[in-house]
Amino acid sequence: MSSWQKICRIEDIPVLGSRVVKRAGGDIAIFRNDQDEIFAIHDKCPHKGGPLSQGIVFGRTVACPLHSWQIDLATGEALAPDHGCAGRFELKVEQGEVYLAL
Amino acid sequence: MKKPKLVMVGNGMAGVRTLEELLKLVPDMYDITVFGAEPHPNYNRILLSPVLAGEQTVNDIILNPLSWYAEHHIRLYLNRKVVQIDRQRRVVVADDGTEAEYDRLLLATGSTPFILPVPGNQLDGVIGYRDIHDTETMIEAATRYRHAVVIGGGLLGLEAANGLKLRGMDVTVVHLSDWLLERQLDRTAGKLLQTSLEARGLKFLLPKHTAELLGGEDGRVKAVRFKDGEEIPADLVVMAAGIRPNATLAEEAGLYCNRGVVVDDTMQTYDPRIYAVGECANHRGIAYGLVAPLYEQARVVANHLAGFGIAKYQGSVTSTKLKVTGIDLFSAGEFMGGGSTEEILLSDPMGGVYKKLVIQDNKLVGACLYGDTGDGAWYFQLIREGHDIHEMRDHLMFGENHLGDAGHAGQSKAATMADDAEVCGCNGIKKGTIVKAIQEHGLTSVDDIKRCTKAASSCGSCAGLCEQILIATVGGAADLTPKTEKPICGCTDHNHASVRKAIRDAHLTSIPEVMKALEWRTPNGCATCRPALNYYLISTWPKEAKDDPQSRFINERAHANIQKDGTYSVVPQMKGGVTNAAELRRIADVADKYAIPMVKMTGGQRIDLLGVKKEDLVNVWKDLGMNSGHAYGKSIRTVKTCVGQEFCRFGTQNSTQMGIELETMLANMWSPHKVKLAVSGCPRNCAESGIKDVGIIAVDSGWELYIGGNGGIKTEVAEFFVKVSSSEEVKEYTGAFLQLYREEAFYLERTVHYLHRVGMEYIQNKVLKDPAQRLALYERLLYSLEGLPDPWAARIAGAQAHEFTPLAAPAAQAEKETV
Repeated sequence: MSSWQKICRIEDIPVLGSRVVKRAGGDIAIFRNDQDEIFAIHDKCPHKGGPLSQGIVFGRTVACPLHSWQIDLATGEALAPDHGCAGRFELKVEQGEVYLAL
Repeated sequence: MKKPKLVMVGNGMAGVRTLEELLKLVPDMYDITVFGAEPHPNYNRILLSPVLAGEQTVNDIILNPLSWYAEHHIRLYLNRKVVQIDRQRRVVVADDGTEAEYDRLLLATGSTPFILPVPGNQLDGVIGYRDIHDTETMIEAATRYRHAVVIGGGLLGLEAANGLKLRGMDVTVVHLSDWLLERQLDRTAGKLLQTSLEARGLKFLLPKHTAELLGGEDGRVKAVRFKDGEEIPADLVVMAAGIRPNATLAEEAGLYCNRGVVVDDTMQTYDPRIYAVGECANHRGIAYGLVAPLYEQARVVANHLAGFGIAKYQGSVTSTKLKVTGIDLFSAGEFMGGGSTEEILLSDPMGGVYKKLVIQDNKLVGACLYGDTGDGAWYFQLIREGHDIHEMRDHLMFGENHLGDAGHAGQSKAATMADDAEVCGCNGIKKGTIVKAIQEHGLTSVDDIKRCTKAASSCGSCAGLCEQILIATVGGAADLTPKTEKPICGCTDHNHASVRKAIRDAHLTSIPEVMKALEWRTPNGCATCRPALNYYLISTWPKEAKDDPQSRFINERAHANIQKDGTYSVVPQMKGGVTNAAELRRIADVADKYAIPMVKMTGGQRIDLLGVKKEDLVNVWKDLGMNSGHAYGKSIRTVKTCVGQEFCRFGTQNSTQMGIELETMLANMWSPHKVKLAVSGCPRNCAESGIKDVGIIAVDSGWELYIGGNGGIKTEVAEFFVKVSSSEEVKEYTGAFLQLYREEAFYLERTVHYLHRVGMEYIQNKVLKDPAQRLALYERLLYSLEGLPDPWAARIAGAQAHEFTPLAAPAAQAEKETV
């Protein structure tokens, strides 16, 4: 069973930036873009495991800090020509609070 | 809303490339219709010669299969030749009566072979060499007939002759001029080429005027007669005596034509709704027949069709290469020389090598290479970029002898490399993989190769080698636009120079302002352009433009170096490489307290603590009680020193103190790329000043300054800049040069590359000639650095706290991922 867990407020995440939720099963990276869209994916690049939360965010994409793979924040999929997927997590925002389905 | 209609006449390389560029910019803007006179989708016409030679098949050279047109909702009419443009009704009409309305019309009708106006030119077995049909005709003829005559000893003619010879025909090439390829080679190289083609069994008649083609009773050609009365047998005559822009359609529609459809710098014809691109267009009096310029034109037309309206085509310098396997020749620019030019020659006729470099006003303006063309790309780059070659004149002829120093075992000639030889040592990419990607995906630039294969995408030292492989594989189709002239990234058409200028001239002070003023195509850029813009803003408008941490690479945001496992390394500042017992004790205590897995000496005379967790960084800095060593940034790194006069028996000045003063002065300096300095106390140069961005060597009478050295990817020895007498002057001259670099270099351009781009003379003019200008530069540097806080201290005080603090973990629960 999964349930909604309150994580933080939108303002806690920098615009075009991210925060990390530490977790035994692998860290989760929470991103915010300039449209105030929030995304949650595994903090682990499908290429060599780089921490995606540390990358530069633009549009709906993050560039991995290790070797610049580009990951689609909405799906977790690597953009062409690369292949791979950092799993995505369900997330909702209510009254400025960010919830993750964990 | 109804989309405007774009109709393209001609389905060849230039036209389809224009559509590709257009679709990249605006995928859905137009309703597109394409008319092609041939029954094939767009194919690579350049590779017809390898098809004729039996090295590739027609299927190998298709660039855009029919599915590509379908995917992009392009209406494609094959086998239909447009015969009329009705400009009043804005309709084109094809030979079968098909009509298409247009709002914008793109003419890409290419060229037609020039058929000599001699009697008999209509006989069976007399053809031009232009398309798949001609190629198939030749292949078929080779199976049934014996004698082939190729009229024209240009690129196309020789490739046709070579192919027919390989297919077993007896081939004679007839040429008007004294030597082959007279538009691409000088006489010496032309004669060398003829000798080696003769060795392959081709025959040549030159100079020779064709008078008449004689037919047999079956209506097929049987002989060629020349003006001097000589006659030779011929069952197949290939006319390769040049091409003519195919402008008939435009001319009949009343468009201004003059050896091609005349276009302006936006590739627009005299009718503003109609553009022309490729071999049919006459731009500033030239109708280009090589693919690289056509691709440049395609980008410009696409930019205008997309409504951006900022691109300009200003003509091209072209280079050529003959696609005959085993024959290497290359020429570019004004290779004939003469007039006010000088020439450097290397001639070894027995060894089959000939090289000529043509120089004018200290610049390379032309090159003609035969037998050894390995440095063709490099010369071509020097020609296009107009580099001052004065400094390297002595060894210019011997080429760029180390394309990549590391990991290539001295291998620098792409053409001779085996397919399984490693090109990219960082990513383990072999030559064969790159060649295959180039052929399969139709790659035309080093950037394409980087994207598709990852070669040259890490350290970049093999980029030169990749460029050579590209040229060796696709010849003239290679897009060799130097990086500095290319758009910064896919978000914009502006290059680094124009962005820097706009920021300065229009006083732009934030990234959104720049993106708005320069019409960025993406809402907030990408990981390539944002760091560049951020640097340009803070370096142009210090204390005014605000630094944007989200536009910095993680190392500069976290003020530590990210490692492969996501931990960080911490390098505290040790000015001039000098430390003391108290600092060493604190470092030891920190290493114990935070269980730091590795403590290592760096190459810059400091100590590196590796494997620090991000959330520990601020506390580690606090416990160290030292300043940031900036070992992570596009910034000042260290000033390496030797012990100097204080201890060393050879020392002539206090080099250690000089280094400490420089490092103090330059603390917290951001720059286009990393900046390393060294100060040596005597010419024995123990601090390795010769490979630093600014290297200083003490001599008895003062200090010598060297600039533009680099010990990294490609070792570059610093060049002598100036000699000064006091340590105050060392600071002033060093500061002024670094400020010039900070103000003018492009993002990620090291001092050596900046120096090569602008030339030593330019830098000397700016820094040495005029004391007032030098002082102004120096003062601007000090002003920029004044009051900048140490970044570690700022973060200990609470700046950017969210960067270093994870969110509180939610209670452990069963977890669900959705993929």
